[in-house]
Amino acid sequence: MNWANIIFQFILCYVSTVCFGILLHIPVKAYNAAGLIGGGVWVIYWILYYHRGVDLAFSNLLAAILISLLSQAAARRLRMPIIVFNVPALVPFVPGGQAYKMVRNFAIGNYHLVSVYFYQVVVIVGAITLGFGLGELMNRVLNYVRQYLIKKSRFNS
Amino acid sequence: MLTKRRRALALKTCLLAGRILIENGSNMERVNDTLSRMATSAGLHNFEAFTTVTGIVVGTIDEPHAQVITIRRRKNDLSKIADVNEVSRELARHKIDVPQALAKLKLIDRQQMPRWQNWYEALAAAILSGALMIAFTGNIADSWAGFITGGCGYAAFSYLLRKFKIQYLGEFCSSLVIGILAVIFVKLNLANNINDIIIGAVMPLVPGVPLTNAARDLVSGNLISGPTRGIEAVLTAVSIGSAIVIVLHFN
Repeated sequence: MNWANIIFQFILCYVSTVCFGILLHIPVKAYNAAGLIGGGVWVIYWILYYHRGVDLAFSNLLAAILISLLSQAAARRLRMPIIVFNVPALVPFVPGGQAYKMVRNFAIGNYHLVSVYFYQVVVIVGAITLGFGLGELMNRVLNYVRQYLIKKSRFNS
Repeated sequence: MLTKRRRALALKTCLLAGRILIENGSNMERVNDTLSRMATSAGLHNFEAFTTVTGIVVGTIDEPHAQVITIRRRKNDLSKIADVNEVSRELARHKIDVPQALAKLKLIDRQQMPRWQNWYEALAAAILSGALMIAFTGNIADSWAGFITGGCGYAAFSYLLRKFKIQYLGEFCSSLVIGILAVIFVKLNLANNINDIIIGAVMPLVPGVPLTNAARDLVSGNLISGPTRGIEAVLTAVSIGSAIVIVLHFN
């Protein structure tokens, strides 16, 4: 883990997030924000999972929560629906590699490895779903706090 | 109080907005939210909307009639969602009135892609495959094969979707193309690792929008459309996987 490696990973995932955005026709104004979210969260995940030894479920959960929070912030700032940011940013986290290895071992007949990879796929998808849910909840709490503070400051002044 | 005609027009506008949103892959909470906002700003009282992935029913409680619209095709065009969002925001701020909003929505609905869009998308899919292949597997030497395979696979997918409008067999056939191309590259000794090529090349086909929407709909408590979207994601993944299994069997 050195800086060159981190920047390389960031660029790869920035590019792939923007490309997935192009496939989904997100507005051109959203390219940069979506790419920054995708690349940045991937770098955090990469450091945690591959270099700090945090386990699969927790690092994916954290990544999904971060994507949800950052997408909400970007959606608020750029006045666009949140889906424009969180779907492209999710693409590096989709368990494509594990799902492929599961299918491959199934085709070859290595049934004991199939269950290992199936478990990984289920854990990742579950963690991402739960993370999006938690992120949504946090967004609502933050909204509530913001509204509350605005009301209070109006009341005092 | 609105006249009967104006009320019918407002309902029509809401229906069209809802159809565009659901067709292009919005989550249900946003659809309900947008529809009720548009109805309020158009002056409809006691507005009710029942939205599912395959159809919408809208009506007002004071009136005996409700209106239905069915949704037959689904594609993922997120810029249309952003456009509808913009229209509903303008309507809420009374910048435009209901007939103008309806005209704008019709324009959004009819919007066609320019002809170069397909090539542009295939290029984007190719870059996505190459970049994610390096990020996942660290295999830089074979990334050019992932680039070509991913681009061809996505081009086949979008061609099938445009010409024949089939939902899951499009993914199946394009995964077959990906698998066959990867096998050819490896058999000709141009590339080394078939697994890495296929992992990269199927990434543009992953069901990102249904997966995200399934999660968000389930969290917001929509028990009809959450599992349905989940099934959509699973079906897509299964059709990709079964095509890959077929290719690997003959390898």
